[in-house]
Amino acid sequence: TEAAASRPNIRPINKILISNRGEIACRVIRTARKLGVRTVAVFSDPDEKSLHTQMADEAYRVGEAASSASYLRGEHILEIAKRSGAQAIHPGYGFLSESVEFAELCQKEGVIFMGPPSSAIRDMGIKSTSKAIMAAAGVPIINGYHGKDQSDECLQAEAKIIGFPLMIKAVRGGGGKGMRIAEKPEDFLSALNSARTESQKSFGDSSVLLERYVRSPRHVEVQVFADQYGEAVYLWERDCSVQRRHQKIIEEAPAPGLSEELRRELGEAAVRAAKAVGYVGAGTVEFILDKEDLSFHFMEMNTRLQVEHPISEMITGTDLVEWQIRIAAGEPLPLTQSQITRRGHAFEARIYAENPRGGFLPGAGPLRYLATPKATPDVRVETGVREGDEVSVHYDPMIAKLVVWGENRMQALNSLVARLGEYHISGLDTNINFLIDLASHPEFQKANVHTGFIEEHFDTLFPPVIVTDHQVSQAALALIFNELQAATSNASSKNDSFVATPNLRLNYALIRNYNLKAQDKVYAVAVKYDGEDGNVQIRVDNGNWQIVKAQRVEDEGRLKLRANIDSNISTYNANIDGSSVTLFLDSGKLDLELLQPKFLSAQVDQSSGASRVVAPMPGVLEKILVKPGDIVKKGDSLAVLIAMKMEHILKAPKDATIKSIGGAEGDNIAKGSAVVTFVDVEAEAN
Amino acid sequence: NSILRNSIAKSSVRFLHVGEANILVSEVDKQSPEYKENATEMGKLVGQLKQITSQVLTGGGPKANERHTSRGKLLARERINLLLDKGSPFLELGTLAGYDLYGEEVINSGGIVTGVGRVSGTECMVVANDATVKGGSYYPITVKKHLRAQEIAQENSLPCIYLVDSGGANLPRQAEVFPDKLHFGRIFYNQANMSARGIPQIAVVMGSCTAGGAYVPAMADESIIVKKQGTIFLAGPPLVKAATGEEVSAEDLGGADLHCKTSGVTDHYAVDDEHALYLARQVVSNLNLPATNAYNDQLIHSSQRNFKQATPPVEVEEPLYDPRELYGIVGPNLTKSFDVREVIARIVDGSRFTEFKKLFGETLVCGFAQLYGQRVGIVGNNGVLFSESALKGAHFIQLCAQRKIPLIFLQNITGFMVGRDAEANGIAKNGAKMVTAVACANVPKFTVIIGGSYGAGNYGMCGRAYSPRFLYMWPNSRISVMGGTQAANVLAQITEDQRKRAGKEFTEAEAKKLKKPIVEMFEAEGSPYYSTARLWDDGIIDPANTRQVLGLSLKASLNNAVEETKFGVFRM
Repeated sequence: TEAAASRPNIRPINKILISNRGEIACRVIRTARKLGVRTVAVFSDPDEKSLHTQMADEAYRVGEAASSASYLRGEHILEIAKRSGAQAIHPGYGFLSESVEFAELCQKEGVIFMGPPSSAIRDMGIKSTSKAIMAAAGVPIINGYHGKDQSDECLQAEAKIIGFPLMIKAVRGGGGKGMRIAEKPEDFLSALNSARTESQKSFGDSSVLLERYVRSPRHVEVQVFADQYGEAVYLWERDCSVQRRHQKIIEEAPAPGLSEELRRELGEAAVRAAKAVGYVGAGTVEFILDKEDLSFHFMEMNTRLQVEHPISEMITGTDLVEWQIRIAAGEPLPLTQSQITRRGHAFEARIYAENPRGGFLPGAGPLRYLATPKATPDVRVETGVREGDEVSVHYDPMIAKLVVWGENRMQALNSLVARLGEYHISGLDTNINFLIDLASHPEFQKANVHTGFIEEHFDTLFPPVIVTDHQVSQAALALIFNELQAATSNASSKNDSFVATPNLRLNYALIRNYNLKAQDKVYAVAVKYDGEDGNVQIRVDNGNWQIVKAQRVEDEGRLKLRANIDSNISTYNANIDGSSVTLFLDSGKLDLELLQPKFLSAQVDQSSGASRVVAPMPGVLEKILVKPGDIVKKGDSLAVLIAMKMEHILKAPKDATIKSIGGAEGDNIAKGSAVVTFVDVEAEAN
Repeated sequence: NSILRNSIAKSSVRFLHVGEANILVSEVDKQSPEYKENATEMGKLVGQLKQITSQVLTGGGPKANERHTSRGKLLARERINLLLDKGSPFLELGTLAGYDLYGEEVINSGGIVTGVGRVSGTECMVVANDATVKGGSYYPITVKKHLRAQEIAQENSLPCIYLVDSGGANLPRQAEVFPDKLHFGRIFYNQANMSARGIPQIAVVMGSCTAGGAYVPAMADESIIVKKQGTIFLAGPPLVKAATGEEVSAEDLGGADLHCKTSGVTDHYAVDDEHALYLARQVVSNLNLPATNAYNDQLIHSSQRNFKQATPPVEVEEPLYDPRELYGIVGPNLTKSFDVREVIARIVDGSRFTEFKKLFGETLVCGFAQLYGQRVGIVGNNGVLFSESALKGAHFIQLCAQRKIPLIFLQNITGFMVGRDAEANGIAKNGAKMVTAVACANVPKFTVIIGGSYGAGNYGMCGRAYSPRFLYMWPNSRISVMGGTQAANVLAQITEDQRKRAGKEFTEAEAKKLKKPIVEMFEAEGSPYYSTARLWDDGIIDPANTRQVLGLSLKASLNNAVEETKFGVFRM
């Protein structure tokens, strides 16, 4: 404190506003609470009952669902900060975290913005500027040529400077068209001409640009921290190579396979980068690391605390949010570079509401069932949602971050797979099964990672899902136990002989049939209640009767079974929700559907099927292209749905006349709700 | 004869707590050859019972079943399974009715499936025609079984659900099913009177309802019909054509569309069997009975909460001993005695039994116990009834009637004691006291014939004529006015006397010849299968299921309030 007192900029912080939501808001609140700092949350309408709103000491409504009408309303948030007496604003990541204007506004209004100075955000926000600054500071950058001179001589000379392999790209290009790789100088001219020809043909322009080509790039980034006194340190690097749709899903620290020397070089380059822009606070310097020759090049700097910061915390034993708060208050860096040690290995897996097998299509919806692995010092569950909460269409579909630590990479990875198997969610699609497959992939285990990992191993990452009879039996057992539980749950069932003799038949065994659907195949399951000791026999698709013994295992009241099916013992959780059965197995979750009686679908068919078009996912009705009375042809576009920033065009399934539209432009539409209904010709005829 | 054995004392660690003094301690030696032989032989009898049952469950046989199901119809027991709450037991009654009754004609289960199960939380009487058996037509045994089901429903206030799929009376046997008091017409009489007493009558028309059968849905409080499957008409198309010349299809004459849209004979329109059964469940859920309301609340409640929040079930205190040991204890040989307390110990909660007048009239065991938490009085035989035993029984039955405690009779009785001493002691009037007590006791009574049921013993121990709510037999049991050998001897004696009066001789060979068919007849007619085929009982049960069967029967009976008892004159 003596040192701090001598600093001119010290401004004690005892209350902060978090201009964010979800897990990061919760994460910040936890550290703030530890430090005795009070917290102010802001919430949009759908977030009124969210975890972050509930956790904070105070919470203020900030607007409607859409981010632009809530979490992006900088001025309004600043006003709330002043009204509530918060001295500082933690922007989290996303939203206003990298807004130059907001940072400036805070500065102007005298509220501490817990991030770098606006100038640093601006400098790093413009690619060409940042590259120039980095080059000047001696940080290796990706060489390239973007000039107007398109003569062969000039391009060849530039190519020599950039080095090989080299990428020739059409300036107007896209989708790989007009792109060529020159492996060595001799290939250059022919590749150039071929790129020009294709570009001319495709885009009516033959201008190209040149860039160093990294064949197997790895995404390696360095966590840096700087204080207000020009000091900066690095907290080692993270490898975030494995990505889908250019978004990270699994990250690890430290980056595997690097020498200590290379680590130091990366760290020092990152510190130079931070210092070059007068950086303050938490930042991440991203590099492209060539998997082959381990050369690295500056890509960009993220001027915020990143999603994956916990893995750096895990290997350094630090709390980076605490650092942020202390540095924002004007304290010097808590540790010097030499005091920052590194221990073990950490992984972070991002659990998303999405459908990996459906092109990672983002999802939304209620978290009907949610059980997480137990948190320990080595296992962190960073989340902003609870069971029963909704993953909203308005925001990022990330449900949680699972962070694990181990003495070494293998141990950490084993723990990651095991803990992922304990992360149980049903009600919506998640990427947990995919994460398990990914983390268990032999090449991932060998740390052969690069940014094209998922594409390269697509087939082995998405093996066909095979549902075994054993699994179907497990599902049937879950149904049986669920029924039993439902029958006995009521207090008046005490001493009720009709409850105490479930499924009893006199002098014969009841056989009940279930039709369970999994992966588009229907399994006919027969359960024979043959009475002795309450055991049953199960038969799938008229196969052999399997003798089954099962018991419930106590798991905080959740449905967990220990089943001996034909002498094969397994323990698993299950959840029954209406007609859907979810099994949580070591290999991930398996969804099955209990087929409903025909009369139910017969009734539904009367009003659906070909007579309407439903929203395939929850979203916002962006555009309506038809009106009642319109006659459309099969395949015509009817409406545009925006979900998770993606457009979905709803098309007519047949030639038809529009009867009604189930909403107005801008409306939120629930999954499965009718967007367009048709005049039912058959019904009319009747 | 105490069975509070020293084994508890033997295990020195266990201190016999005062509160545990009512626990029956079994003295059975499971290693004895006798036990093992009994177990084997009784196991065979139970195996035979299950084998015959499985045969009977085939209904009209594979061909008829195939024809039935190919029309999209479910079999009678499948219908019941879907009607009942998931997990509900089904106390099927008279499963073997009609067994070996009509010679060549196989009328499995009497062509009708009846029993008590839970629908929307409520115990209901389900009566389901089996159309695969002679088109579901009513044989005399079918009528008897239908009426018995209604009798049970009426005595126990159980809503009735009729799953109708029947061609009506069996015409060749019309004289045995139509005219008398307890014939076909009584079905509708019962429906009207039960409805009047507030016992709901629900009909689900899943097939034909012709002529008299049309009154089942027409007299129901609410009725459901399956489209293109159920038909209701007073006369079918052939009869209509004969009578008026009108040509009309069955569907147009009395199908679901006609009756739901035009005539109003039925109230609910179902697209298939499953839908109809779903609608029947809905009808029950709106009966506004306490049990259905509790069930509805629970459904709403459970849909609002997760599995994990459900309260764990309260454990029922099961008997301390394995009920399958009853096989080894009882065995098939009725001449060998066993202690009925060993049976009680394998039926009641926690094997707890508080005995009444233990040291008096020891051949009748009386006492209180609980069955699935419900207090019951139990009367069981431990030998022939003497005057003391009969007096003790009459006393105990009065206690139960006074306290409104249901009574369970475990019948294994050769009769009341005979002989000069017995008569001099007034066995006739003392036995009569017990019979009077049994006849008048206005509490639910349940009888299980676990051994012999002979003579007046049958009366004193609440045989069929004494209207127990339910009466079951074990597969080893026998029922007849006396034993076959005794009957043969009596008849032989009478014949010999006649011959003597006529001065004729009655040779040993003649006596043998006379006795043989009598013994054989008694043997055949005393069989539980002979009894159950004629509905003298409500079913033959596996001894190991006795607790469950009695528990379900008791629970079903409690839908009706226990009334006051007024006894007749006890001759003193």
